Amino acid sequence: MSNISFVREKEIPQSPPPITESNAIRWVRQNLFSGWLNSLLTILSVYFIYVCLRDFIPWAYGGIWTANSIRECLDINPDVACFSVIGARWRQLLFGFYPTEEYWRPILTFVLLFISIAPVLIPRFARFFWFSLIYPGIAVWLLWGGSIWPVFSIYLAISLTGLVFFLAKNKFKLSSGFSFTAAILFFFLYFIFIAGPFIALFKYILPINLVLIESLQFGGFLLSMIVGFSGIAASFPIGILLALGRQSDLPLVKMICVGFIEFIRGVPLITLLFVASVLLNYFLPPGTSFDIIIRVIIMVTIFSAAYMAEVIRGGLAALPVGQHEASAALGLSYWQSQRLIIMPQALKISIPGIVNTFIGLFKDTTLVSIISLLDPVGLASLIRADQKWNGIYWELYVAIGLMFFICCFGMSQYSQYLERKLKTDNS
Amino acid sequence: MSSVKLPVEKFRLGMLLGDTRYRSTTVQVIAFIIFVSVVFWLVDNTVKNLALLGKDVDFSYLWMRAGYDINQRLIPYTNDSTHGRAALVGILNTLLVAFIGCIIATIIGVFVGILRLSKNWIVAKLMSVYIEGFRNIPILLWIVMIFALLTEFTPAPRAFKGADPEASMIFFQSTAVTNRGAYFPSPVWGDGSVYLILIFILSLAAIFLFRRYAKNLQEETGKNLPKFWISLAIFFIPSILFYFILGGPVSLEYPYLKGFNFKDGIYVRNSFIALTLALSLYTSAFIGEIVRSGILAISKGQTEAASSLGLRPSRIMNLIILPQALRVIVPPMISNYLNLTKNSSLAIAVGYMDVRGTLGGITLNQTGRELESMLLLMGFYLCVSLCVSAIINYFNRSFQIKGL
Repeated sequence: MSNISFVREKEIPQSPPPITESNAIRWVRQNLFSGWLNSLLTILSVYFIYVCLRDFIPWAYGGIWTANSIRECLDINPDVACFSVIGARWRQLLFGFYPTEEYWRPILTFVLLFISIAPVLIPRFARFFWFSLIYPGIAVWLLWGGSIWPVFSIYLAISLTGLVFFLAKNKFKLSSGFSFTAAILFFFLYFIFIAGPFIALFKYILPINLVLIESLQFGGFLLSMIVGFSGIAASFPIGILLALGRQSDLPLVKMICVGFIEFIRGVPLITLLFVASVLLNYFLPPGTSFDIIIRVIIMVTIFSAAYMAEVIRGGLAALPVGQHEASAALGLSYWQSQRLIIMPQALKISIPGIVNTFIGLFKDTTLVSIISLLDPVGLASLIRADQKWNGIYWELYVAIGLMFFICCFGMSQYSQYLERKLKTDNS
Repeated sequence: MSSVKLPVEKFRLGMLLGDTRYRSTTVQVIAFIIFVSVVFWLVDNTVKNLALLGKDVDFSYLWMRAGYDINQRLIPYTNDSTHGRAALVGILNTLLVAFIGCIIATIIGVFVGILRLSKNWIVAKLMSVYIEGFRNIPILLWIVMIFALLTEFTPAPRAFKGADPEASMIFFQSTAVTNRGAYFPSPVWGDGSVYLILIFILSLAAIFLFRRYAKNLQEETGKNLPKFWISLAIFFIPSILFYFILGGPVSLEYPYLKGFNFKDGIYVRNSFIALTLALSLYTSAFIGEIVRSGILAISKGQTEAASSLGLRPSRIMNLIILPQALRVIVPPMISNYLNLTKNSSLAIAVGYMDVRGTLGGITLNQTGRELESMLLLMGFYLCVSLCVSAIINYFNRSFQIKGL
């Protein structure tokens, strides 16, 4: 029986796959050379990368860091980058004309910024949210300096107003409307009667002062960060309110919101910045004039709030109508259902759009250079105007571009991470 | 029969907020009062401020002599023209940049978006780098960088001089790229060129008719003509044929060096090239992402169903994927065109005279009419964007999937 010759009794030992199917080669064949078009594209791309890097790498790698002016750079080697300009002027690129001995203040503000956004971004630290609320005051005081008491007095006003509202509602059993009116009334009374003497008193008893810094001394990335982050923080709540207003059933509220959003979205930011620098004084009571940075922040906030509103409206529109109906059926009031049911879902849907708006806002802070504030791009032309560095282009642009790229790319990567983390459906 | 007597509710003040019947009216009335008072406050302040400065609101300056030159213009303009005409020149310049920028951005963007989906690893990565690079660096920086590139790395016109020049013209000696701008050959319309244009228009019409015929033929008989090649033939052959029959009525006038500058030909300034190029590259990165996400939005089942019907990959793309993806792609694409138009107001960074440079720049500074100039400027941009939103809405309505 067993001598039937064509039956193989022993298993053939496994042979390795043919060389063309082994890992690396197969990958190259399948991904890069799967057809003539694909091969052509691959070769073109490789050539393109080669051409780009052929000149750039020696230029950047051999860069001179130690020269004192562009003349010296050109004397050493005219073909490589002259990064000395960054070594000589990095302080200006980062801080503008902020006094050198006060650099610890913006740096501390920057570090505290991360502590203050941690409760918002990481749920584990959510109980430290109070710090995020007091951070803006601390930042303003640290950056601009002066006495701490005006800032403190504003926070005192807000917390006392909250207390008045709470007492009126829970102790004296007034309706929400009346408590609210009482609280608002208290707020104004506080600023008319109490704030002035309070600040004067404490300035006298406990003078805590920092050196006052003029707004025109701000510049560089410090300015971009201030305008960017204040705009981001302020435009988010305003954007939510505008979006709700636009979706509202009340025709008048809706009309006002739509008009506002469409107007702001219809004009370029640069015209709004010009309004801030030339026209805003026309619209305010005669004789008022306030800080140019604050004016810019207001305009940037208004601008990005309109965009934010559209993004959030998209999220609201994407929610099935059943969510509204279900929350109404549970007996939740309008604000309760917005806070507990609608907004968490709508915001989650609109995360990519929100982050894109933030990135756009941060990039748009460079436009302040056109109204002659010294952001990095404005500083680049200022540095070039210096005789020592006249003729420098690429080194500065590469450095500034890289800084912006790191910030914006980081934000967009974080948003993609957040999107994946918050994804709850299976699709 | 005892009737239940409903308690007659008496109106209380608290019901204005507490009762849903009255609340919406109350809220709206309050909103209206706040809105009107804010507007009144702003207008009142403006009137007071204007009175303080001794100014009035007066648009008659638009008909006064402007007195400044504009180096790039599409319509005749001298420094004797009016401020209004200067504004018009600026508007046309803005629209020119926007128009050309949109076309270039679309072409590059579509390529980039499709190539980013390529199975070729290197090409896909390269496109990712392109998109992320342009999206994450401010547009203003790109504009000044490209302007610097054009002015620093291109030769001066005198480098073209002499028997053995340092620089030479490109494209068969027809185009000169210099640090002042690019000189292109310009067409000269000779006798009989009218006929040539007529023939060209007729062949366009013929293409349109042919495509309709081919579509009908396919729907009736299922026969499929090679539409693309025949259209291409109709596009080129009659025009070229008649060009030679009429004895070459249209010729090109090449730019040539005279003294230290080029003469004749079409002169395009570096500021214009830099602005258009930067705007279109920047926007193309966004368009690329839109195209990519539009294609990805079409579910894989569509591709699979189409290929199980036996369609070739190119036809799947043309007949199944793109028509559906366009519905997703076009509205955000149009809003990106709008962004490009608004971003063109950064022209001031390279000294290109767009509407912000004329009306909102020199005119504003010369006449001191900030309020009026800014109002007109904002009005212009607002008009453009409202027109574009009207187009988007029309598109959305007409391309909605019927019956949903």
